[in-house]
Amino acid sequence: MHVMRLIFFLFLGVFSQWAFATLPIQHWQTSSGARVYFIESRDLPILDISIDFSAGSSTDTRDKSGRAAMTLHLLDLGAGGLSEDQIAKGLADIGARLNSHFDQDRAGIALRTLSSAREREQALDIFRRVIQHPEFDAKVMEREKVRAIAGLREADTKPGTIADRTLMKMLYGDHPYGLRGSGEIDSVSALQREDLVNLYRSLYTAPGAVVSIMGDMSRAEAEALAESLTKELTQEKAPYSLPDVAAPVADIKRIAHPATQSHILIAYPGLRRDDPDYFPLLVGNHILGGGAFTSRLMEEIRQKRGLAYSVHSQFSPLRKEGPFEIGLQTRKDQSEEALALTRKVLADFVAGGPTEKELTAAKQNIIGSFPLRIDSNKKIIGYLAMIGFYNLPLTYLDDYVKSVEKVTVPQIKETFQRRINPAGMVTVVVGAEEKK
Amino acid sequence: MMIYRRVTVLLSALRAIAMVFAMVSVSLVSASAIAVTPEATTHEYKLGNGLKLIVKEDHRSPVVISQIWYKAGSIDEVNGVTGVAHVLEHMMFKGTKKFPGSEFSTLIAAAGGRENAFTSRDYTAYFQQLHKSRLPLAMQLESDRMRNLVLTKEEFAKEIEVVMEERRLRTDDQPRALVHEKMTATAIQSHPYRRPVIGWMNDLENMSVGDAQEWYDRWYAPNNAILVVVGDVNPGEVFALAQKYYGQIKSRTLLPLDKRKPQVEPKQLGIKRLTVKAPARLPYLAMSYHAPVLRNPAIDWEPYALEMLAGVLDGNESARLNKELVRERHIASSAGAGYDSTGRGPGMFYIDGTPSEGKTVADLEAALRGEIEKLVRDGVTDEELARVKAQIVASHVFQLDSMFAQAMQIGQMESIGLSYRDVDTMLKKLQAVTAEQVRDVAKKYLMDDSLTVAILDPQPLEQKPPSAAPAGLRH
Repeated sequence: MHVMRLIFFLFLGVFSQWAFATLPIQHWQTSSGARVYFIESRDLPILDISIDFSAGSSTDTRDKSGRAAMTLHLLDLGAGGLSEDQIAKGLADIGARLNSHFDQDRAGIALRTLSSAREREQALDIFRRVIQHPEFDAKVMEREKVRAIAGLREADTKPGTIADRTLMKMLYGDHPYGLRGSGEIDSVSALQREDLVNLYRSLYTAPGAVVSIMGDMSRAEAEALAESLTKELTQEKAPYSLPDVAAPVADIKRIAHPATQSHILIAYPGLRRDDPDYFPLLVGNHILGGGAFTSRLMEEIRQKRGLAYSVHSQFSPLRKEGPFEIGLQTRKDQSEEALALTRKVLADFVAGGPTEKELTAAKQNIIGSFPLRIDSNKKIIGYLAMIGFYNLPLTYLDDYVKSVEKVTVPQIKETFQRRINPAGMVTVVVGAEEKK
Repeated sequence: MMIYRRVTVLLSALRAIAMVFAMVSVSLVSASAIAVTPEATTHEYKLGNGLKLIVKEDHRSPVVISQIWYKAGSIDEVNGVTGVAHVLEHMMFKGTKKFPGSEFSTLIAAAGGRENAFTSRDYTAYFQQLHKSRLPLAMQLESDRMRNLVLTKEEFAKEIEVVMEERRLRTDDQPRALVHEKMTATAIQSHPYRRPVIGWMNDLENMSVGDAQEWYDRWYAPNNAILVVVGDVNPGEVFALAQKYYGQIKSRTLLPLDKRKPQVEPKQLGIKRLTVKAPARLPYLAMSYHAPVLRNPAIDWEPYALEMLAGVLDGNESARLNKELVRERHIASSAGAGYDSTGRGPGMFYIDGTPSEGKTVADLEAALRGEIEKLVRDGVTDEELARVKAQIVASHVFQLDSMFAQAMQIGQMESIGLSYRDVDTMLKKLQAVTAEQVRDVAKKYLMDDSLTVAILDPQPLEQKPPSAAPAGLRH
């Protein structure tokens, strides 16, 4: 069955539009309460599995910053009686790969393996142990702490990192979204094995687990697999709460740096995954600076003036308001010019909204490029995991296209004016222009 | 998501392992899985004007990727105009008579397409990904700018600024990229590979629209290009489209690959060392050895053995460098190796690493040399080799999940003078490499006389107080 070929298209109205049959997502719960999302696809002899938990960096506190990332990092460095070396060799011997996904909300680990029996069984045997019986070996942890701290020391010299870290603190204040995922030197230094074990036991639970499976496997096999991946996890659901995000205090920080370019970042609280304003903001941002090379920011900053190689604006939707961020890098002596222009583009967009022509072009691109979003197993399992983790409807991808179609010019204008305050943004310039 | 357009691809340093995995083929996997062989789904055509077309069917999804590859990269540049291949790539988005300004991008976007381009040492390529029904549009636009590009002083003046910003972002403000740029320029004495794809800054500052025009007129022609189409298409129909859109473009007189100057690098006669000072916290060490590359895939064996060697050193988390130096002896906080067996110019085998806290680059260099000595003395185990081979097989199957990766593989092979069909041969030859061969190439090529060692000497960031906001804008 060609899962991805279920898409067909119709011609309606002024431009071609796509109508979509929903991807055949199967969904159930394991006996342990884990939620499972599955698509069977026999086109390639590949099996992809991911398992996600609400164990992202927003579960950290200031003095334990980096704990959640370190917990995820240590999962495959010794588990279920296998050493880190045995795990790495066991996977490499069959060409299987483990990848992790980590952000403010989510900690996930994904396996990609050939689906042939020998490869699959060996990969799944290791994966079950990694998920359910990580050992958090003290010696391994000490070594990884030292490496992480070295990485932080190096990262903290880079203008992009300095800008990002400063920006998130300004944007989120004491909210855990303001914590850096990889932690800080002091907090990582202070981490104890017990911290990781406690986090693992309380947050890597069966009822909190979202299992996504895509590829060359039957429903019955997928059911058995999901059971075996979660039955030995903690069975109690952990209480989970995340404070609301407050509007930031408008401010600008200029930080000196020897780099030849200034890194400029501007931000405001943006979108929640379940946000009713999701589509007007998403489509509006495509016009402002999200649509790779046809956006207003790209036009004004790069095409017309050659001020930067890359300029973008983006919403990163999270459980609570994720950042809405504009970023660019430009030669130091023109950073104030570029900043002023960027602010003007944003302010004009919020004040005036897009034109009908811009909206039509944005819809054509977003809707027309939809088939490209789901043209591989790898991309589809990413959507499965996201839909599952945020409990979105199984028709999410279907609804996506319909919702984009419905967005109007007045709606974008009204929504941006209500949600994004150009005068209230937080701004960082690293490598600020020096006084002559 | 941030999308970089017009990306400079630096196919050199330390990405060779990824390249190995991207460069192998399907046929040995027959037992496990694949119903379709490349022969059954890949079709090759040639137009009267010399344009080669390769179509690979992949019917999993109703989409298509179309890539045009020009056999012109930074290797074809001369001193004084380094970076012009990449600058022209940027200028290719500035419009033609028929589709002026940014019409190209506007039309592709309106068709729901994604597009970009990349330049490397050996080639320059442009691509569009879209619904299969929009392939004619992509072909119409791409063929139009093969011959009808309009280059103006005004657009050039702006775009060259963008390219200089790109150089600042990717190289000048990236200490490790600087180390690699300077190491390559030191290790290679005369071959054009010594120059960075993005170009030296001073050459960019002095480049003119005439330089870009000259480059375009010289290399952009159907007889210097390969069109690669992968997706849910009918090969015969794609051929008809290619004839319709590209067929009218006249060929040019230009040098085919095998007639361009070989510029063979003179033999290195002793170790070279260099230091790069840049703002950073951690020191860094990079070592490069001259090594051969694949010229005849069916006969050569050394490049395959070198690929295996790189895999044994750094093919997985438990490969030698990570296991010994990072995990067990705590000498490095990271260590890696890489080699790319394919390319028009000379090859390099790279090793690099970051010393652990309390260790120096000298400690790390000694440890890395110790690993090489061990290789030469004791060789590698069959178990290690089998592991690398298994990863290569799996990686190829995984690659079939990406139309982009499949198109890249075909285009890279063809644009450097090999054939996509060689991929099968390469996989077979990789699978046949013996432990003894790996040891032999380690002994022959990883030796001091052809070694260049570069270190990053980290400089403190000056902590000047930030200036207040300036009163007005400066231009």
